Amino acid sequence: MKSLSILETEDLTYTYSAGTPFEKTAVDHVNLSIEKNAMIGVIGHTGSGKSTLMQHFNGLLRPTSGKVLLDGQDIWADKKRLRDVRFRVGLVFQYPEYQLFEETVYKDISFGPKNMGLSDAQIKERVLETAEMIGLSEELLKRSPFALSGGQKRRAAIAGVMAMRPEILILDEPCAGLDPKGRDKLLRRICEYQKKTQSTVLLVSHSMEDVAEYTQKLLVMNKSKLFCYDDTAAVFRRTEELSAMGLRIPQIAGVMHTLRQKGYALPEDIYTVEQARDAILTLLRKGGAAAC
Amino acid sequence: MLKDITLGQYFPVESVLHRMDPRFKIIEIMLFIVILFAGDSFWILALGTVFVLLAQCLSNIPMKMIWKSIKPILPILALTALLNLLFIDDGDVLFQWKILKITQGGITTSLFMMIRIVLLIIGSSLLTYTTSPILLTDAIESLMSPLKKIKFPVHEMAMMMSIALRFIPTLLEETDKIMSAQKARGATLDNGKLIDRVKALIPIMIPLFVSAFRRAEELATAMECRCYRGGEGRTRLRRLKAQARDYIGFVVCMLFLAASVTINILVK
Repeated sequence: MKSLSILETEDLTYTYSAGTPFEKTAVDHVNLSIEKNAMIGVIGHTGSGKSTLMQHFNGLLRPTSGKVLLDGQDIWADKKRLRDVRFRVGLVFQYPEYQLFEETVYKDISFGPKNMGLSDAQIKERVLETAEMIGLSEELLKRSPFALSGGQKRRAAIAGVMAMRPEILILDEPCAGLDPKGRDKLLRRICEYQKKTQSTVLLVSHSMEDVAEYTQKLLVMNKSKLFCYDDTAAVFRRTEELSAMGLRIPQIAGVMHTLRQKGYALPEDIYTVEQARDAILTLLRKGGAAAC
Repeated sequence: MLKDITLGQYFPVESVLHRMDPRFKIIEIMLFIVILFAGDSFWILALGTVFVLLAQCLSNIPMKMIWKSIKPILPILALTALLNLLFIDDGDVLFQWKILKITQGGITTSLFMMIRIVLLIIGSSLLTYTTSPILLTDAIESLMSPLKKIKFPVHEMAMMMSIALRFIPTLLEETDKIMSAQKARGATLDNGKLIDRVKALIPIMIPLFVSAFRRAEELATAMECRCYRGGEGRTRLRRLKAQARDYIGFVVCMLFLAASVTINILVK
């Protein structure tokens, strides 16, 4: 398994305002190994250190102690290479639309690729391809980013990072403030992007339903420490521990849990509505009239 | 890194100086500045030092913070000292090289100026360390209220000041965030030629302006929703009220002023 990992951390620790009365350890001895080509959810209570951890992955924050390894190399070993690290590990902040600044959407999306030193032709190819993947029409590319709707702005900003084709894409709550329809659409597009580019996508989210539906693995942070990093199903089996840290399992998983306790022979590891529907229908068909 | 700016940074600890009426503190600091600038003998500086030390003792502000307030002005201090040293031609010549010469008078003046500036900075930062910005604007509003008679918009000025102060930390935080976001897209902010550096500011400044305007609009709407209509008939949560310690402080300051006048007369 080791050969498949792309990003690792070794005893990663970060302390805010070290040496002052406001000292706070936000990330505490985290050891992780993140694999290539995966969709990973990052969950944790507010203030659990998720965002701080994410900012270490692309070298925006320097660890107080410990290391971040990209392809086995310490990203802080050579400061000049740090910029390349940022192209390989793309980070989309919360509310990324506030970073738009160019005259047109096209120019804004090409800011990253331009900084990478790509040729105009390459930039054009990337921008158009990314815009298509994220669902921005060519018409919109010519407009000013400030003239777009909220959802379009969000997509334009995410496209700005995607266009760099990072090997790892980190999205910090990409759906915050979007309506339910917009959320689903955006997440589906991110999922498609991941499959198409075979990259690793880290999705920070507060919605258990979202991570249940779209991710294969979950990284759970609790009080600055890594609680676990495991398959989504395995994480949701730890119902009690999750609720003890202020998280919960997806609602539908709760319903299934209760049904099982009431004696219905439903399988474990069901945490999306579709799976639940299929399982219940199968059970009903098997049981026939007796179950009803 | 942006958070290191201490200008007007309130240091919340418990002390006599913190509890004093901000209006008195402002008047007293003005008296202090008059004392410093009205005399030109070292005795005045000694008096000023005593004043600052006394205030520091009463303020509970650690020496480290005082040093932090002086640090940013060290380059200016060095420059003033250097200019005085080189260009004042007064008294015995101690050193000469071509047209450059250092005189006795130059050394004394540059020393005098340095100490004067340091005292000034410490004095005024003691005011801002011990008074929260909101109290400070309240005090300014109250001190300037006589100007209302000549239709000067005192309340509006004070409101603008407190809003500006209120948003400094918010905007700093925002700048930090935008900088991180653009760095994540490969923006380089701290190297290259001057023209490149100026260009590199565009991706920071535009989002910052946009968000500042957005915040301003939101705040204006929020204020209107709560029927804000200026200072007329508005009551306060914190009323400024002078107490015994404020009068004592004022008397002490007057004593310092008297001492400085005496020194000035005697030295002449």
